[in-house]
Amino acid sequence: MNSFTLTQATAADEAVRDYAGHEHAAYLGGGTNLVDLMKYNLERPSHLTSLGLLPLTDITSLPDGGLRLGALATNADTAWHPEVEKRYPLLSQTILAGATPQLRNAATNGGNLNQRTRCYYFYDLAAPCNKREPGTGCSALTGPNRVCGVLGTSESCIATNPSDMCVALAALEATVRVQGPNGERTIKFDDYHRLPGDHPEKDNTLEPGELVTAIDLPAEGYADHFTYLKLRDRSSYAFALVSVAVGLKMNGNTIEKARFALGGVAHKPWRDQEAEKMLEGQTASPDLFRKVAAKVFAEAKGYGEGSLHNSFKIELGKRAIVRALKQATEMKYEVNPNVFLNSNP
Amino acid sequence: MSQTIATPPTVRLDSDVVGKPISRPEGPAKVSGAAKYAAEFSVTGPLWYGYVVSSPIAKGKITKIYADEVLAIPGVQQVFSHENVPSLAWFDRAYKDDVAPGGSPFRPLHEPEIMFSQQPVALVVADTFELARYAASVLRIDYDVAEFNTNLEVAAPKAFDAPKGKTGFVPPPKPKGDVEQAYADAPHKVAGEYVHHAQHHNPMEMFGTTVDWLGDGKKMKIYDKTQGAPNVQQYIAKIFGLSKEEARIISKFTGGGFGSGLRPQYQVFMAVLAALELEHSVRVVMDRSQMFSMGHRPHTVQDIRLASDDQGYLQAMEHNALAETSQFEDETETVVNWSGILYKVPNSQFDYKLTKIDVNTPADMRAPGAATGSFAIESAIDELSYKAGRDPLDFRLLNYTYTDPTENKPFSSKRLDDCYHEGAKRFGWDQRNPEPRSMRDENGLLVGWGVAAGCWDASMQKAAAKAVLAADGHLTVSSATNDQGAGTYVIMTQMAAQTLGLPLAQVTFELGDTEMPEAPVQGGSWTANSVGAAVKDACQAVGKKLLKLAQKMDDSPLAGVDFEDVQFADGHIRANEDISRSVAIADILAASGEAKIEAEGKAGPNPINMLKYSMHSHNAVFVEVKVDEDLGTIHVTRVVDAVAAGRIMNPKTARSQVLGGVVWGIGMALMEEAYLNNDLGRYVNHNYAEYHIPVNADIKKIDVIFVEEEDDIASPIGVKGVGEIGMLGVAAAVANAVYHATGKRVRELPLTIDKLL
Repeated sequence: MNSFTLTQATAADEAVRDYAGHEHAAYLGGGTNLVDLMKYNLERPSHLTSLGLLPLTDITSLPDGGLRLGALATNADTAWHPEVEKRYPLLSQTILAGATPQLRNAATNGGNLNQRTRCYYFYDLAAPCNKREPGTGCSALTGPNRVCGVLGTSESCIATNPSDMCVALAALEATVRVQGPNGERTIKFDDYHRLPGDHPEKDNTLEPGELVTAIDLPAEGYADHFTYLKLRDRSSYAFALVSVAVGLKMNGNTIEKARFALGGVAHKPWRDQEAEKMLEGQTASPDLFRKVAAKVFAEAKGYGEGSLHNSFKIELGKRAIVRALKQATEMKYEVNPNVFLNSNP
Repeated sequence: MSQTIATPPTVRLDSDVVGKPISRPEGPAKVSGAAKYAAEFSVTGPLWYGYVVSSPIAKGKITKIYADEVLAIPGVQQVFSHENVPSLAWFDRAYKDDVAPGGSPFRPLHEPEIMFSQQPVALVVADTFELARYAASVLRIDYDVAEFNTNLEVAAPKAFDAPKGKTGFVPPPKPKGDVEQAYADAPHKVAGEYVHHAQHHNPMEMFGTTVDWLGDGKKMKIYDKTQGAPNVQQYIAKIFGLSKEEARIISKFTGGGFGSGLRPQYQVFMAVLAALELEHSVRVVMDRSQMFSMGHRPHTVQDIRLASDDQGYLQAMEHNALAETSQFEDETETVVNWSGILYKVPNSQFDYKLTKIDVNTPADMRAPGAATGSFAIESAIDELSYKAGRDPLDFRLLNYTYTDPTENKPFSSKRLDDCYHEGAKRFGWDQRNPEPRSMRDENGLLVGWGVAAGCWDASMQKAAAKAVLAADGHLTVSSATNDQGAGTYVIMTQMAAQTLGLPLAQVTFELGDTEMPEAPVQGGSWTANSVGAAVKDACQAVGKKLLKLAQKMDDSPLAGVDFEDVQFADGHIRANEDISRSVAIADILAASGEAKIEAEGKAGPNPINMLKYSMHSHNAVFVEVKVDEDLGTIHVTRVVDAVAAGRIMNPKTARSQVLGGVVWGIGMALMEEAYLNNDLGRYVNHNYAEYHIPVNADIKKIDVIFVEEEDDIASPIGVKGVGEIGMLGVAAAVANAVYHATGKRVRELPLTIDKLL
């Protein structure tokens, strides 16, 4: 590991100033991703601004009926928070579908937003990777890329955002509050992560030195009709091949409002607002769901056939959307691959 | 050498502890952290740390190493590479360990040529681990990159017959009858290609070595993670020109091996090299990605043709396998033979070929070869049973063989039929609807039930042990064997306690030090059998001495009684004919005035039995899967694994072995695969997050049944070993259950979601 200095900031503005005062600085939250990356020698900050003492761990109700999640609240505290469980069960479910209890106990909400991709080549210094070293090429285009994306990809990068939590935050239309050298601002969740384009080294739209301070959830939490469907290679501690977070408002069998997002398929949590609109005002039916799924993947591009290559995600993604919409509509887990309950049938 | 002690004509005594579910004596030390693994030992002086630099290219040549840049970093002690490693042993044979395959073993830091990606090319030694890792990360090395091929299919045209040369490798059985004609004439037939890809062992404990440099003229202590300290000792001694005493290897605990620790790994070479050159204590530990730089279960493609008559009797069997090996060694496994051992077929032919690609030499991995062959043949047998209109279990029983068709020998014992029956009963096989896609659970999931069989060698190796009975009555038995978690400590303690009739608390078994009597590497399921027999022999030798001493006592009640006519129980030696004629061992020791009584014992294969009999363990595995057809998800919800492996020394640790085997098999079936990138010539998912093995949530109910066999032919102590057998058949049974559930036959492992879409 490179040598680095470390400052323990006690307030957000102090942290922002500390960061700005050092070259090659990085913010350290729970450290569950950054420290790994430093050990692998993929991230080489010479200074860490530790956020552990910042008073940003609260989860508080907002006047508009929403909920503010402190950037330094842990993923575990967020998932098990009574208000989150009651009003935003979709968020709880996605957080608990990710990582392990140990990781969730350490990982912070702000850190979750900023975790790097799990693309094999990003993690392997012996492999060319435009995200890690711009201009070196993308090893995933032709190599094994089971973990990579099929939507919104570019020829320079097909990596995916690995977060589960962010898939729910996209569907919930959260707002990210940030503080930087030029003051505070908010970023709509859809605008927070970006597509790779020609600059896959940039995961998000934060400006240099900007710090996530909170995530605001709007009042609508879809607590009556929601689901998170995560398909992966084993039942826990595996990143999504495809995941779908759905929140619906229903009136009888009619869908009044629909929000959904996909994980494991793109450089960001993937939302398709046209597809959402196709659902609204319509009667829930398998046919409708299939049309919506087809729309979402209409422009998808797979990168090779077979198990190690990701073209299968297009068909899998469609089926996952159909199933997730069905589950959210009916709120009956006829089959729930996330939590396989029938241990001793 | 007598290996059998006359069984006393009495019922089993309370002191009969072999066969009881005794807990491991080392358990508390393991769970409290007191049990030290190779990279945890303290050394007498300061300790330096070595970090291995791995090649990013698959083939080529190092043209320049910028060691000076790294040596300029304060705290960096040395950079070892082919440029500055002193001249070591010249001949290949110095690098050949006990279980090396044919060919030229890889010599770490020997030359600038790169033969596989992640080949260790340098060792950076520094004052701290973090500094060594950092310095290794910035060490610049220039390479000339050469063209390479890591694709088995590309190399397939250059396949060659697998050569002999590796210990334990049995060439394919000779052909019988006329397969072509029989296959052509048969009414029911299947032909298929079965594939699995490279798998890495990935034990929890990384390979590590701590060399304790004790100063001028004193011997080093080499703490190594291995499955066989003596194998490492002879390897290190030969390479570095040391005496065996100078190359003392200590390996008390091994955090899983599964075959990866059979051969000495390069970290022990590195650590010893650095210690000798720097005259300093050094520790070298691999990182997780480097655990993918070693041997692996080889990617293998198998072709099978099977045919039966109308009644379901097998008429033709052809089983061919093609496996990868490295450019420099010919790793061979026994892959196709098991098919011929398991079934009676009049016409059969077998073939096993290798082809070379630019990877490191593959290695034995849990049930090497058999796990490979079993998946293929047991899938094909299953498929043919449907074609022939027979229940898959009935079909197997119909083609059951009581002699080994490949060698025309009787089995020393074989209760696979009882495994089928008892396993089927426990599983409830009679409730199975034979029709594929006919069964669903209450949630609408497709349910499938599958069965498969397995077969493994019951083999013995040469082993030795020493027993020392101290004046205070405590018995210490030792052997340079290994315990990679299998339960060696406890079963050897049981064997020693029973042989001399002592309470378990009065017996200690020690292992993992080359100053102890030699034992083979822990592999092949032979430890319980081989070391167990040596322990018994050593304890019996002590017993004989005790009897003589007892007979020297005044008015000895055992006067004139032969050793064969006494029993050791409850701390006494008793005459079989009249158990009231007895002497307490404590009294013998007191009367003798000896400080201790010690003896060595040996065991080894019985060549006459080997000529006359085929000796194997067997199992039958029953699996239930539930499949969500729309999404392709498969869950293994129930497994019954019925195992016939001779005498079970400890049903608790043996059960754990089999449970682990089943979990291993489920991993092989559903998720394990090292992703090989042929553009880079490199495995790319080299970490625990992306190389998937089962987690707790993947594992549901597993039932283990032991069908015990009386077999004093396979082993003087009746033991066949359970290290491999438990996992056999599991992958095939899962695939067969998936077929029963879905009607879809998948012949390529692992059965990931995409394969069912």
